[in-house]
Amino acid sequence: MSAAQLHAATAVAPQAGDVLSIENLRVSYGSRFNAVPAVRNATFSVARDEVFGLVGESGSGKSTLSMAILRLLPAQAHCEADRMRLGDTDLMAAGPAALRQLRWTRLSYIPQGSMGVLNPVMRVREQFLDTIADHTQGAQRREIEGRIETVLAGVNLRPAVLDQFPHELSGGMKQRVCIALAILLEPELIIADEPTSALDVVSQRQVLETLSSARRRIGASMIMIGHDMALQAQLADRIGIMFAGRFVEIGPTRAIFEAPRHPYTQRLIGAIPSIRRRQDIGELARRGLEHADGATASAHPDLPLREVSAGHFAAIEL
Amino acid sequence: MDLRYLLKRLVSFVVTILVSATLMFILTRLTPNDPIQALLGRMAATGSNIEGGAELVAMYRERFGLDQPILVQYLSYMSNLILRGDFGYSLAYFPAPVLPVIAGAIPWTLGLFLVSTIFAFVAGNLLGALATWPSTPRPLRYVIYALAPVSAIPYYILALLLLYLLAVIFPVFPIGGARTAGGDQSLGLANILDIVHHAVLPGLSIVLALLGFWVLSMRGAMALVKGESYLMYARARGLRDRRIFMRYAVRNASLPQVTALALDLGKVVSGQVLVEIIFSYPGVGYVLYNALRTADYFVIQGVVMFVIISVALATLILDLVYPLLDPRISYRDGQA
Ligand SMILES: Nc1ncnc2c1ncn2[C@@H]1O[C@H](COP(=O)(O)OP(=O)(O)OP(=O)(O)O)[C@@H](O)[C@H]1O
Ligand SMILES: [Mg+2]
Repeated sequence: MSAAQLHAATAVAPQAGDVLSIENLRVSYGSRFNAVPAVRNATFSVARDEVFGLVGESGSGKSTLSMAILRLLPAQAHCEADRMRLGDTDLMAAGPAALRQLRWTRLSYIPQGSMGVLNPVMRVREQFLDTIADHTQGAQRREIEGRIETVLAGVNLRPAVLDQFPHELSGGMKQRVCIALAILLEPELIIADEPTSALDVVSQRQVLETLSSARRRIGASMIMIGHDMALQAQLADRIGIMFAGRFVEIGPTRAIFEAPRHPYTQRLIGAIPSIRRRQDIGELARRGLEHADGATASAHPDLPLREVSAGHFAAIEL
Repeated sequence: MDLRYLLKRLVSFVVTILVSATLMFILTRLTPNDPIQALLGRMAATGSNIEGGAELVAMYRERFGLDQPILVQYLSYMSNLILRGDFGYSLAYFPAPVLPVIAGAIPWTLGLFLVSTIFAFVAGNLLGALATWPSTPRPLRYVIYALAPVSAIPYYILALLLLYLLAVIFPVFPIGGARTAGGDQSLGLANILDIVHHAVLPGLSIVLALLGFWVLSMRGAMALVKGESYLMYARARGLRDRRIFMRYAVRNASLPQVTALALDLGKVVSGQVLVEIIFSYPGVGYVLYNALRTADYFVIQGVVMFVIISVALATLILDLVYPLLDPRISYRDGQA
């Protein structure tokens, strides 16, 4: 290991007090003999009360990374990590009972797209109540049950949705139900996988702002996956950029925007006005690859992250 | 409940019955042999006295309205059937009408049918679901799969096997009948136990024959549900395994099973006829068997009508219940 790599490794390494710390997370799909890597050696951490923005083209492994943290990868996925901790809990070593208990009380999730995530034969209210019932009891249970309507109001939903079935709600309403569920038990970390993809641009911004103020109020950290660089600039404290399963750049939002170092990031930032829709990011990557000007990410597939300035890492030659 | 949906279902129920009653009328008129001639022929063959046979035939023809024009016959047949539940007379037990003969058998058939069908449905689906659930203990899963192939054995073979095994070799259960002959008819505990004791083997052969089907088809339904996002999202919410199993997985996977149940009822009824015959169980199937042996046309007609009506009724009930199970099916556009 070179001196530069060693330096990088220690600097990306977790600090005490991180809500989430991950080292060399590797996920691949398929059989042992025909494994297709989806996340390669992801190393990053999320601090208390921090919003970590996660950006990357379609298929770069963002959702896979989220599911790996939740320990909910499908059976055909293979997951390894040198370290994956939520606070002081080792997520890789936790058994089913421990995982069940920490899911939602300490770690919640807003799924990408809300199609079919709610049980079609249960009213929305029941799905709130069973979430509460399986994690609380007594006075605490009553207290949280009493808060359901307030939380819903926070995402601009009328209490009437509680008595409806999922198929009676629009995609955007379902997504807002999921956001309300995610903040209900006031977890330490919320993983929001494109939490507003089903909303129009206006309500997107508004709901994201609600989510982020609710997050601030309960003091949760958040991994916010999204493609709208303008929104990320506004809400994220730090941003990580993924390309083909690995982080190509991680840094404070300001540094990423003012001094992007990796060519892929530079394209993302350069194209901000046009990156509003999720397709644009992939389009951008494709253009980058077509240009093949020697500065694209694919030309340097295996570079490790190096610290380029305080807390700012990029997978580039120094 | 939406009135139009209800009405539609009721209309299709009534139409089913009218059409099958009409078909039955046409079919019996198409048969070349005259039931009364056949009866007299049989009486002659067994050496019974048939003085004035011709007059007797004429009298019967008049009595059954067979001397009327066909349209009049049809109308009186339909009005007797629909308005008065009158299926005519049993030829074997003349002058007993058909209805009491069948009516006496209905409670036995219905009881056996309902209990064993519902039990097989609930147990089979639950076992099938458990077999696919990761937290089910491994040995239990193997037992369930070992059970499934039993359904490949036809009803009557299964019934004969059970009869031979548990009534002949190990006489734990009676070989037939619905109650001990000569017992009192009261509804005391001893009597109820006696009835249950008699119903075990016929019930078991129906349950075993159906169970494997439900186990296997539930496995398929569960496989589909297991890929659904709501299951993953329920896991992500840290819900208890038992709740996810019952309220999320089984609840959703059982929807196609209820539809399958509706489609399967006819098969179950015909299977039960054989089981009743094998165990001399005094149900409608056994009545049918006796009627066939004695060419008791009107009783045969009555039994077939009973089977059609009960299958149509069960389908109607399932149709009305289904929207309650699946909120996505609205009463309005639920025309299947
Ligand atoms: N269940 C799966 N089985 C096999 N391969 C999968 C599975 N899920 C994802 N992949 C593969 O893993 C890679 C990463 O997918 P992932 O869903 O994590 O991307 P993503 O960054 O979330 O994309 P998007 O922005 O479109 O949501 C892709 O190449 C995808 O084909
Ligand atoms: Mg994704």
